[in-house]
Order: sequence, then structure tokens, then C-alpha cells
Amino acid sequence: MSPQALVCAVLRREFRRTARNQSEAGHPLIFFVLAVMLFPFALGPDTALLSVVAPGVIWVAALLAASFSVEGLFRSDFADGSLELMALSGAPLALVGLAKALAHWLVAGVPVLLLTLPLAVGLGLDPGVLAILMASLALGSGCMSLLGTSISALTVGLRGSGMLVALLILPLYIPLLIFGASATANAALGLSAAAELYFLAGLLVLALTLTPWATATALRIRLS
Amino acid sequence: MSEFLAMGGYAIYVWSSYAIAVVVLGLNAILPVRTERREIAELQRAINARTKHDTPS
Amino acid sequence: MFDFLNKYASLMHFYRLSRRLSQWLAPLTAVLMCAGVVGGLWFAPTDYQQGDSFRIIYIHVPSAWMSLFVYMSMAGAAVSILVWRVKVAEIALRCSAPLGASFTFLALVTGSIWGKPMWGTWWVWDARLTSELILLFLYLGIMALQNAIEDRRVAARAAAVLTLIGVVNIPIIHYSVEWWSTLHQGPTVSKFDRPSIHLHMLIPLLLMSVGFTTFYISALMVRMRTEILRYDRKTNWVREIVTTHHGSPSSV
Repeated sequence: MSPQALVCAVLRREFRRTARNQSEAGHPLIFFVLAVMLFPFALGPDTALLSVVAPGVIWVAALLAASFSVEGLFRSDFADGSLELMALSGAPLALVGLAKALAHWLVAGVPVLLLTLPLAVGLGLDPGVLAILMASLALGSGCMSLLGTSISALTVGLRGSGMLVALLILPLYIPLLIFGASATANAALGLSAAAELYFLAGLLVLALTLTPWATATALRIRLS
Repeated sequence: MSEFLAMGGYAIYVWSSYAIAVVVLGLNAILPVRTERREIAELQRAINARTKHDTPS
Repeated sequence: MFDFLNKYASLMHFYRLSRRLSQWLAPLTAVLMCAGVVGGLWFAPTDYQQGDSFRIIYIHVPSAWMSLFVYMSMAGAAVSILVWRVKVAEIALRCSAPLGASFTFLALVTGSIWGKPMWGTWWVWDARLTSELILLFLYLGIMALQNAIEDRRVAARAAAVLTLIGVVNIPIIHYSVEWWSTLHQGPTVSKFDRPSIHLHMLIPLLLMSVGFTTFYISALMVRMRTEILRYDRKTNWVREIVTTHHGSPSSV
């Protein structure tokens, strides 16, 4: 099977799984919106204050939503044995991991990106700042999916894996958070956010290179 | 001597740091030894049980 | 060379080696630490700027150094586990994690205590302290993952992958936290920077650093022996050790 065909097969399979469990796919997105919504209640409706904290709040909520949405990536495949079949079939597991991460990004990352728009407007963000926020999230969400796929592969099928994935992954997400939040903070001050965005892009490339290997190794270990 | 204990007015900071170090390192020194003894005792018990089972009196 | 390594990759030989090692390593640790503490608390002259509070350095710096040293050792073990499937490395990884976490915790607490008289607050989001805090969570994650997986060998190998993911992230985290702390105008002079250090201040620091390292190895040996007995519990050599064992173990 050619690499492209494998990726397409995995993608198609993931979309079908998501279509069957639409509600389950929607939960992290609802959580994302809810988490952001809590802050006006906590801090008061004053948009001046909200617009200052909005980028950080949205970033944190996106990270939390990602750490929850990534948990079930391999669960059903593990449970029904198809993961073992994939491993035995000789298909490169790294490619499977990459495809799964891409599927997660399309199903969980992109919707979060789109939901950021109304949320940011609701929190009073300027269009210029919003643009940088979206750019940083677009780059960061790719990393979130890639890292999340590796950690999800490590913890597949374990009891309490939902919380465990979050515990393992949040420290690893911190650099993304730092660069994403400071990019938007710079934009809010009218400064250039180029450096931070370059760092995020660099982290994305690093993740693209290394995480598929980690995912494949993790799957092989857990399947043994 | 009391001047030594006073640590130039920083006594509480210095001594609490050293005390915490003693606790943390002490626990790491003592607890594993106790676990080792417990593990050996458990293995002894398992072996005795097996030999008793294998050699009926 | 490889024959030597091969021999000690066997659990039985490693067990015996660790017993012999512990016999002299533990007293050495005690001597080094006592010398270090006496030197640090008594012989080192009072610091011009920080008064006697600087003496916390003799706990804080070795702890911080060990927190990273242990992680790097775990990363080395992780490579052995994934490339060569060395059992001893699996056990070393598992047993090192709580030790590393302890050192990190100690570094954080002493760093915080040191901060109070110097900077007036119990916690400062200083770049190095914050990186240590994140490191603590990396350790806790490695321990949590191993506790969640029942099969100890699979757990160790999964932890090995996690450790390597962490080791790649450590420089990234360190650099991004530094970026973050300078951005938000953290204190520009880190109190943990040591200007040219007086020899009488330096020697106890070196003694404590070496002492902490030998402490780590000693404590690790004890933990590893217990784990080795569990791994090989059904073998004859373990049976022999257990049955000829009376009273306390030969050494710490």
C-alpha cells in the first residue's frame, strides 16, 4: 500500500468513526467553549480586562480540550483488535500515527480554531490581535495533535487514561502555551510576533519529525 | 554557639532547609531498606509455603 | 568491554555487584555529606551580600544538579531499554524516578525558602525554579504511567518512551521558560548566579554535590535490589539468596 493510500485509509476510517460518534467528538468542543465562558463569570464583564486575559484563556482552554479529545484516538482500535492487525500487517506504524494525528487535527483542532473566532469577539479582542491568536493556535494545534497522539498511544486502554493523558501531556504543552500567549501579547502591544510564530513553526516541524516514531514505538510496546 | 545557631538572623530559613533535606534524604534512605526486608520476608514465606506443600508431613 | 557490560546486564550478577558496591558507597556518602555540611555551615565564611542565608546553597544546588543528572541517567537507561531491551536498565529507570522527583522537590522547596529572605516572597516565577517545577511534573508523569500499567516490563518500556519524549522537551521547556520570564520582566539578577566563589565556599559545595551523587547511587542500589528480587522471584538464585538470608540485609 502506498503511503498516500495508507494515510487516506486511516483518515477515512477516523472520519467514519467520528461520524458514528458525533456526540463524543463534540464534547471536547463544548468543553472548550464552556471553559472560556467561565472566565467572564470569574473576572467580571469588563471587556477591558477580558480582552487582556482572553488570549491566555483561549490558549489554556484549547490545550485542555486537546488533552481530553486525544484520549480516545486509539481506544476503539485497541479494543476491537484492529490495532494489532495494523501492527501485524507490516504497515509502517509511524505513518499510521501521523495519519491519526492529522485526523485528530482535522476533527478536533480545526473546529477549536473556528470556535475561537466568536469567543475572541465575545471577549473583546481586536482584529489584529485575533489574527495573531489564530495564527499561533493554527501552528500550536498541529503540535497539540501530534504530541497528543504519542501520549494517547502510550496510555491506550489503561484505566483512568483520560486524566492520565492530561497529566502527561500538559507539561509538554507548556512551551506551546508560552510562545502562543506571548505572540498575542506582543500583538496586543503593537509589537511584532514574528519570533514567537517562528518558534511555534519550528516546534511543529520538530513534532512532525519525531512524534510519529514515538507513536509507533509506543503502540508496539503496548501491543506486545 | 548561639551565634552559630542564629545564622545571622536567617536561622529559620537555613535550618528549615537542612531539616527538610534530612527528612527527604532520610526517607529515601530508610524506606527502601524496609521494603527490601519486607520483600525478602515475603519471598521466604512463599518458599516455605511451597516446600510445606511439596513435602507432605 | 562488552563482555563486562553483558555480565552485569544479568540480574543476578548485577544484584551481587550492587551488594558489594553498597558496602562502601553508603559510608562514603555519609562521610562526604557530613564533611560537606560541616564545611558549609561552619567553615565557609559568611557571604558579603546574603549573610548566612546563602548556606542553603549547599542543599539547593546539589539537589537541582541531581534532579537533572537523574533524568539524564534515566534517559540513558531508556535508550538501553528501547534499543537492547536490557532488564537492568528497566529496573534502573523505574527505581530512579522517585529519587529524581525527591531531588526536584528538595530543590524547589529550598529554592523557595531561600527566596523568602532574599526576595521577600515565598515563590518567584524565576526561570530556573519554574523549569524545575515543570521537571517535577515530568517525573510524576513517568511514575504515574508505570503505576497505571500492570505488567512491569511493559510499564518500564512505556516509561522509557515517555522519558525520551521528556528529554527532548527539557531544552525546549528550559528555553521557552527563560523566554517567558524575561518577557514578563522577571528579576534580572538571578540570586542563583554565583559570582567568583571563595574556595572555602566552593569546597563544601563540591563535597555535597559528590555526596548527593553517591547518595543517589546508594539509594538506587537498594531499590533496584528489591525490584530484581521481584523480577526474578521464581529463579533458583533468588531462592538461594532468600533462604540463606537471616536478619538484616548485609548493607544499606
